[in-house]
Amino acid sequence: MNNLSRVLSAWGGVVVQGLTTLGDISLFTLQMFVWMFTVRPKRETLMPNFYAVGVLSLPVVALTGTFIGMVLAIQSYHQFKSIGMETRLGAVINMSLVRELGPVLAATMLAGRVGSAMAAVLGTMRVTEQIDALVSMGANPIHYLVVPRFLACMLLIPALTVMADFMGIVGGYFYSVVVLGIDHAQYLQKSRDFVGGFDLFSGVFKSVFFGATIAIVSCYRGFHCQPGAEGVGRAATAAFVQSFVMILALDIVLNLFLDGVYFAIWPSGAKLF
Amino acid sequence: MDESIIEQIVAPNSQSPSPIVETVAMSLKFGRQVVLKEISIQIPKGQTVAIIGESGCGKTMLLKSIVGLVKPSSGKVIFDGQDIHTLNDREMTGLRKRFGFVFQNAALFDSMTIHQNIGFPLRQHGVPSGRQAERMILDGLAEVGLPSNVASKKPSQLSGGMRKRVGLARALILQPDLLLYDEPTTGLDPIMSDVINELMLRTRKRYPVTSIIVTHDMHSARRVADRIIMLYPYSRLQPGESQILFDGPPDSLDATKDRRVRQFVQGEAGERLMEMLSSREHSDLDAHHLHDSIAKKAKHEE
Repeated sequence: MNNLSRVLSAWGGVVVQGLTTLGDISLFTLQMFVWMFTVRPKRETLMPNFYAVGVLSLPVVALTGTFIGMVLAIQSYHQFKSIGMETRLGAVINMSLVRELGPVLAATMLAGRVGSAMAAVLGTMRVTEQIDALVSMGANPIHYLVVPRFLACMLLIPALTVMADFMGIVGGYFYSVVVLGIDHAQYLQKSRDFVGGFDLFSGVFKSVFFGATIAIVSCYRGFHCQPGAEGVGRAATAAFVQSFVMILALDIVLNLFLDGVYFAIWPSGAKLF
Repeated sequence: MDESIIEQIVAPNSQSPSPIVETVAMSLKFGRQVVLKEISIQIPKGQTVAIIGESGCGKTMLLKSIVGLVKPSSGKVIFDGQDIHTLNDREMTGLRKRFGFVFQNAALFDSMTIHQNIGFPLRQHGVPSGRQAERMILDGLAEVGLPSNVASKKPSQLSGGMRKRVGLARALILQPDLLLYDEPTTGLDPIMSDVINELMLRTRKRYPVTSIIVTHDMHSARRVADRIIMLYPYSRLQPGESQILFDGPPDSLDATKDRRVRQFVQGEAGERLMEMLSSREHSDLDAHHLHDSIAKKAKHEE
């Protein structure tokens, strides 16, 4: 009985902690939306964040996008060749990229490059009393620090996703057509037949939610950073891990929703074979 | 800032006989840990008060509660007749331009230059950027004895003493009614500590600012304060005892009968060291010797 109560108490503690964190994040998000819609953020706070999120993330997103496109071609080629369908490689690569890998890759890069940096910067600001200094001078830290980061992530991740898609398509095309020697015209034709505007839209649509999640989780972790170097390190790690888990969980939910929309509009769907 | 704007900020208190800052039975708890218990302090306008006490006694939390950075668990903080913890965000933002806070490690914004750091309160409270703001920033730097070429540097390029002076310039730029210093001389060499003390004295001479200084530095406290308040950690108080062990002018510190105050002022570990040694059940011979010598000294003092 004693053991049972101990186990129940431990699990109860975990549940209470989880619910408290969820409530905290919800309140944090609500406060952010209130500030975002009531007071316009200043240009001086927006521009550095737009630059860090958009411009500085472009090279790494483009590079990884290219590699992923090439890897998809390498992985799929032999399977498709064995059934004589190698000309359909473009359709599979490009569909995988625009619907799934492009947005998830851009979001993962953003979470790793920008999200953990945000948590580390805000955590350091918390630990070194810079956030207290902001408050003491009449600035609201959520308006001043969180809103610009949220806007930068949410508004610029679609551009990063399109870049990952584009470079992935280029990488896949290069490996399939130039290296593997698949017919150029058929490769493009099958891609055009199979991948439509809705597929591109669904990837970009999902990315907006991924960007918003990265900003909220990372800023929350930074704001609730424990003291010391270890606290900052933990905040940065937690920001990436939790953002990544949230991205994948959201991906499932959004895919179910988008599939529902797709089949409501086009009941027969697109056929690969 | 335009003199008329400064007068508008300062004017509301100039005729007021009541204290500019008052804490009324203010308590602060974190979970079950009591940090401050029913602290009642009144500080008249223009007074410089040093709050002393050992680490962990709640000095910094008292300071942060006074400016609304930490919300007390119970009690009130009254600034110029208003209970600050009942104000809404907009009212509190308006009030904050009357506070200046010098943080322990300056808390300068790493991403900004010194110029942007000092100008931050101006931008935040609607002073338009331009020649006037520029002049105020450079005057602010000059007032704390820093050359104008520092303005373009980042905080990481400055020494600890320079950063503290920039922090002071930033806190002073709106000529606040209430200036709060959190350990302004901690971590500085004796010369730089004296520079900071001198700057605090000069600020008070320049205009009738009310100052609260949290410090461990008794030399600094005696030099700049009109009044000294000593706090004691709540966990080590006798039942029913006040957390404020001393409240009076610096001259009367030496005449106090409370041994805890005397030991703090003279920098003697005394019973604290004995407590620490006994709690560790120290068997080391040297520790016993130390223990005995402290006990003998305490007896001798009695």
